[in-house]
Amino acid sequence: MELNVNLCGIELDNPVIPASGTFGYGYEFSQLYDINCLGTFSFKGTTKDPRFGNPTPRIAECTAGMINAVGLQNPGVEQVISQELPRMKRYFHKPVMANVSGFSIEDYAYTCEKLDKEEQVGWLEVNVSCPNVHGGGMSFGTSPEAAAEVTKAVKAVTTKPVIIKLSPNVTDIVSIAKACEEAGADGISLINTLLGMRIDLNRRRPVIANTMGGFSGSAIFPVAVRMVYQVAHAVKIPVVGMGGVSSAEDVIEMMMAGATAVQVGAANLINPYICRDIVNDLPRVMEKYRINNLKDIIGGVQLWEKM
Amino acid sequence: MKQSLFTIIENTPLTRDVMQMVLSGDTSAITTPGQFVNIQLEGKFLRRPISVCDYDENTLTIIYKVVGKGTAQMQAMKSGETLDILTGLGNGYNVNRAGDAPVLIGGGVGVPPMYNLAKKLIGMGKKVSVILGFNTESEIFYENEFKALGCDVTVTTVDGSYGVKGFVTDALPDSYTYFFTCGPEPMLKAVHKATTTSGQMSFEERMGCGFGACMGCSCKTLTGYKRICKEGPVMRKEEIAWN
Repeated sequence: MELNVNLCGIELDNPVIPASGTFGYGYEFSQLYDINCLGTFSFKGTTKDPRFGNPTPRIAECTAGMINAVGLQNPGVEQVISQELPRMKRYFHKPVMANVSGFSIEDYAYTCEKLDKEEQVGWLEVNVSCPNVHGGGMSFGTSPEAAAEVTKAVKAVTTKPVIIKLSPNVTDIVSIAKACEEAGADGISLINTLLGMRIDLNRRRPVIANTMGGFSGSAIFPVAVRMVYQVAHAVKIPVVGMGGVSSAEDVIEMMMAGATAVQVGAANLINPYICRDIVNDLPRVMEKYRINNLKDIIGGVQLWEKM
Repeated sequence: MKQSLFTIIENTPLTRDVMQMVLSGDTSAITTPGQFVNIQLEGKFLRRPISVCDYDENTLTIIYKVVGKGTAQMQAMKSGETLDILTGLGNGYNVNRAGDAPVLIGGGVGVPPMYNLAKKLIGMGKKVSVILGFNTESEIFYENEFKALGCDVTVTTVDGSYGVKGFVTDALPDSYTYFFTCGPEPMLKAVHKATTTSGQMSFEERMGCGFGACMGCSCKTLTGYKRICKEGPVMRKEEIAWN
């Protein structure tokens, strides 16, 4: 049975990747199990400068999911390079996915250029869901032009594969994915969280101090499968699928929709062993669905014939 | 941290809306008083973080207030039922700084973590004073349990219906070597101001994971950003930066 896949020229032992922001730098999880069993992982979103993020409360419970408004808390790219990456090398021995955020085109280019030079970084995953402070606060990921501009700026200063991580909070995600592809992106990952909100009835206030936040968890899985399907069938570059994945069956479904690799996010927060368990469970599920080679099923969903 | 299944031995009310649950299971990951556990509930997405009241080799005691759907679901559970629990979470109280005569200050559902702490300190031969703060007499629990450990116990009620009328800070002993506290944030702030010694305080925040992965419960301290679930919930008085 073959579980390995190739993501933008780099071989993965299996397609399972913990998603950025749910796995830190892997350290807490490496205390629980050998995280080298994973395909790779995408580390905590990194910005040019250190950030505390949003005020608390930052977390809200939902039916089959959660809302977070952490606000990209991270120590900044210099400290990620001087402290987190050297420590990571001790417990993770594979190429890692570096997740990058920014609030201007220059921010993205600066942070990506620095991380691109780090030996262990295999891919740059560029999160374009952040607000553009010079562009009226609209997220880069909501317009094909802005997303393409970020892609071009990052590609101009990097050598490693650049994967653009798209926001689902848009009218036409396919046009944005295509714009990124034309601008030179090596891959697309999707979906980031859906914008959501909860209200505390007793206090008549939003549960989250930031009012709104990103909705994730198993509730968003069907939305993610749909968007992965749409994007994967419209671009030629590989797609990393994510959104509500919490089982080996979900991984296979995402791959049939068109994903080359699959990220697991919120599920890590409830069951810290979930990614290891999914990797271990994949052969059983592959056998059940008569899959010998995972690569064979990528984008393999067959539509109903039109009557 | 350890993930394992616990079996409910008893789940009984202490007051109108405060419940005590005793469970049997693997408690080996719990290392200090003041740590917490994170409980998975059927049909709920996030786990429920609850402080540890007491533990030994194979039993765990938690005390929780029924405040929402999750805790209401816990209240309805019967002995023999099982729960998936992450144990050994957070940084608990460091008892080595206590001195000879520490004071323990618990307010409302901040009382439970004081219990195993008091037990440890009594076991170390300390003279332990305990102040338990409640709003009113009907909310009081665990006064006798602390007395049975050999602590000098004072109960305060805001309305004066029992014990000393007022807040926990109105009942501080004349002399003590150190303090340990847990309770609502306004109480912690008042204790911080009223105490004359060093001490440790336990904080609460809405959490995502409870083990340091999501950065959902971060706070600013005088010694940098901390995760309530990982570097906390217990912090030293000297590092706290009030909002």
